[in-house]
Amino acid sequence: MKLELRGITKRFPGVVANRDVDLIVQAGEIHALLGENGAGKSTLMNVLYGLYRPDDGEILIDDRVVAFDGPGDAIDAGIGMVHQHFMLVPVFTVTENVMLGVETTRGPLGQLDRRAARERIVEISERHGLHIDPDATVEDLPVGVRQRVEIIKTLYRQSNVLILDEPSAVLTPQETEDLFAVMRSLVATGTSIVFITHKLNEVLEVADRITVLRRGTVAGTTTPAEANREELAAMMVGRDVQLVVDRTPAQPGEPILEVRDLVVRDERGHNAVNHLDLTVRAGEILAIAGVQGNGQSELVEAITGLREPDAGDVLLAGQPLADTPRDVFEAGVAHVPEDRMEDGLIADFTVADNLVLNSYWQPPFASGLRLHGEAIVSNAETLVGEYDIRTPSIFNPVGNLSGGNQQKVIAAREFSRPIKLIVAAQPTRGLDVGSIEYIHRRIVAKRDEGAAVLIVSSELDEVVALGDRIAVMYRGRIVDTLSPEEATPERLGLLMGGAHPEDGEPVDLVGTAPAAGSEPSDG
Amino acid sequence: MADESRHQELETTEAPASAEPAASPPVPEAAEASGNRVLSALRGILLPALALLAAFAVGAIIIIVTDFDLLGQWGSDPIGAIGASWSSVMRTYGALLRGSIGDPGALFSALFSADWEALRRAFGPLSETIVSATPLILTGLSVALAFRVGLFNIGAEGQLYLGSLFAVIAGFTFVGMPWFIHLPIAVAAGFLGGAVWGFIPGLLKARTGAHEVIVTIMLNFVSYNLINWALKTEFVQREGRPDPISKIVEPSAVIPPLIDGLRAHWGIVIALLAAVGVWWLLFRSTKGFEFRAVGFNPRAARYAGMSISWATVLSMVTAGGLAGLAGAAVILGGSGTLSPGFSPGYGFDGIVVALVGATRPLGVVAAAFLFGALRAGATPMQAATGTPIDIVVVIQALVIMFIAAPALVRAIFRIRAERRMGSEVFAKGWGS
Repeated sequence: MKLELRGITKRFPGVVANRDVDLIVQAGEIHALLGENGAGKSTLMNVLYGLYRPDDGEILIDDRVVAFDGPGDAIDAGIGMVHQHFMLVPVFTVTENVMLGVETTRGPLGQLDRRAARERIVEISERHGLHIDPDATVEDLPVGVRQRVEIIKTLYRQSNVLILDEPSAVLTPQETEDLFAVMRSLVATGTSIVFITHKLNEVLEVADRITVLRRGTVAGTTTPAEANREELAAMMVGRDVQLVVDRTPAQPGEPILEVRDLVVRDERGHNAVNHLDLTVRAGEILAIAGVQGNGQSELVEAITGLREPDAGDVLLAGQPLADTPRDVFEAGVAHVPEDRMEDGLIADFTVADNLVLNSYWQPPFASGLRLHGEAIVSNAETLVGEYDIRTPSIFNPVGNLSGGNQQKVIAAREFSRPIKLIVAAQPTRGLDVGSIEYIHRRIVAKRDEGAAVLIVSSELDEVVALGDRIAVMYRGRIVDTLSPEEATPERLGLLMGGAHPEDGEPVDLVGTAPAAGSEPSDG
Repeated sequence: MADESRHQELETTEAPASAEPAASPPVPEAAEASGNRVLSALRGILLPALALLAAFAVGAIIIIVTDFDLLGQWGSDPIGAIGASWSSVMRTYGALLRGSIGDPGALFSALFSADWEALRRAFGPLSETIVSATPLILTGLSVALAFRVGLFNIGAEGQLYLGSLFAVIAGFTFVGMPWFIHLPIAVAAGFLGGAVWGFIPGLLKARTGAHEVIVTIMLNFVSYNLINWALKTEFVQREGRPDPISKIVEPSAVIPPLIDGLRAHWGIVIALLAAVGVWWLLFRSTKGFEFRAVGFNPRAARYAGMSISWATVLSMVTAGGLAGLAGAAVILGGSGTLSPGFSPGYGFDGIVVALVGATRPLGVVAAAFLFGALRAGATPMQAATGTPIDIVVVIQALVIMFIAAPALVRAIFRIRAERRMGSEVFAKGWGS
């Protein structure tokens, strides 16, 4: 089925979200829709899915003009959407979830015909290699499988055009590969796929054609053969972007952060961090790679005083690091938290207040109980300029800023004082390429000033771009530490999946002997 | 990352206006910002004012349809009924106004007559409004302060009772002190009593996570019975009285009236000073910064090095103290003696006052005066027009309803929705 959007314009009060957008998706192609946050990708897809009515322009399916009054019309026309946040009932089985809304019934009482539905699901699953157990309960399934249930849902409704909204965002690298295999299988049978993303690598890997949106308009259409990462990034942002920031080799100095035999339990009492050792020296960046949920969050929380370790030591410049967040702050540790809206910022507070969130109680911002408003304001004015925080006013609630600007607020707050150590977890999560470049530069600049930097990231690109040494964390341990030259995506991927550094076998996690490489070298 | 990016993109599609200015160059102009603040403050007043208007409009309809004579006239003489309805509503609201603020003509002439007696009589209604507003300001502040920290203080009533008990004990125990020592001690005792009653749920919440709503409700019951028991003890009970009533406080512990012969007393000044104090605490002090941070986002507050436990305990102690002050003001400025059930629900009305006042100290003061006026005007209204006193309760309820449903008021008056309205902080509701 061929899908065409012609001259779509969608206005909201005060802004044009889509301006004269043309998009042609041929039958059997994977068409990537690439763009920064706020470029208008979601608006466009909501127009296509019947959630918004365009102010101008038309939608054509197989060269016939159609009009959608709601998602129901779009579904009837053969358009299926897999939302980023899954629309599944956790306690229902796969079959029940897929049937929901289009139940087949039999008998005079309208009994659910689960068997017929089940057979069709099995058939769809086998045709596309989805490997779905139709009787499994959704809440027991891993995220990657749940996504495949969503895909089956659209296929069950006989969709010919599939919209995938940031589908890889919640997946591990392996699951992403599986997803791509499914996507290729689908287009081979004539389905068209619109693949929304802002990840350049994925676009180049899987797309047949690429349309780049910038500020609501089409910045260009290209193919993976004709474009490379740099060109795509430049099209998205509208200027040349450095995907990997320039930097000189590290000049490691004294050990700043030393973690010795650290054990941290999670809420369920398991050793999330399992006898872990690491050292970060002044003037170097240690990047910790790993699939999320391998103890990285617990490690960061233990270092920054948010969680009490169960055993082991954390030393800052040879001294035991105090155990409350405020003491850690005073010792000169900057912390960029994993979840900036949950932990790093108070959305309802102004930009100015957020910039003093952890220093409001000390001079020059306060004396005794009294806050000094002028000092807080002038601090904010300085930092907003220095860190290029785009906000209409320093009195704007920080929640109204874009993600990139929110992260700049955190960076400004954390980096604008004398610090010995930076602990940054997923520092560029959800940011567009322009903001990623900016944050990376700031981190490297701090390294060059002599700070020790510990980065935790599940983005391989980021780990390789920033790390002077790259440690891979798996099930609470550092399984190996590599130099950037050694850290090929294949090797990192294997280590992140638990392969033994030397022979590719899974690490023996039960044995008492430390896994090879769990003691990072000091280079 | 997906979460964030999606959130961002939704942000742009749903509320593009907020994303657009972010792209413009940052020009933080203080003057412009302060102008915006004034504007947003005005908007903050607009909605409650319209809610009040709507409440009185619906109240008028109720006055008309509950008047059977009028209803009969609608059947026989519809044209005349319109006029009669109008004058009935005006008579009722006029009486309400005269009962709460006073007769404008009498006020005016009294001001120029220099006749003390005329002045006192003219200002009588206003004095009654102030008497009612005084405890409501304090209990409203109590609830509002706790709410800013994310705590729902349902226990202002109990804290008020404890405050009144402490105040009355301090009032009759110390004999022979000059008033400028004794009165502050008695008022402080009231604060202390309430503070103790606020400390208990605060500590339980901080230590064990016990929900403050449950604990404060239960402590209300405990406080009633504690008062009943205390009033029967030899130490507190008035000599020669079989019923539970306390000794009378010494004259040196009485809060003097603003003007001799009127009931309004200097407690209103204490209440207004408390409002200024709460404003300063919340918006100009480091503790208030912590309070608000914990209220908005406890996780981020913890990350930033703040102690959530401390903020919880400290805010509940202060909130309890404020409600305790209300109890002290009522007793020391009023009868000078404590008996069970002296409060007509000041503590619970404080919840409403805090809600209507959008948990802002100034808003709380305004709301307390509004409810004080309705309370003070109700009885004179009934006496003058025969309209049942319940109509005032209905209007109070309507005000609350319209304020709690800003979307309704916006729809009635066709105001475009603004994303961030102060009163909507209550939308968080009962979650801890």
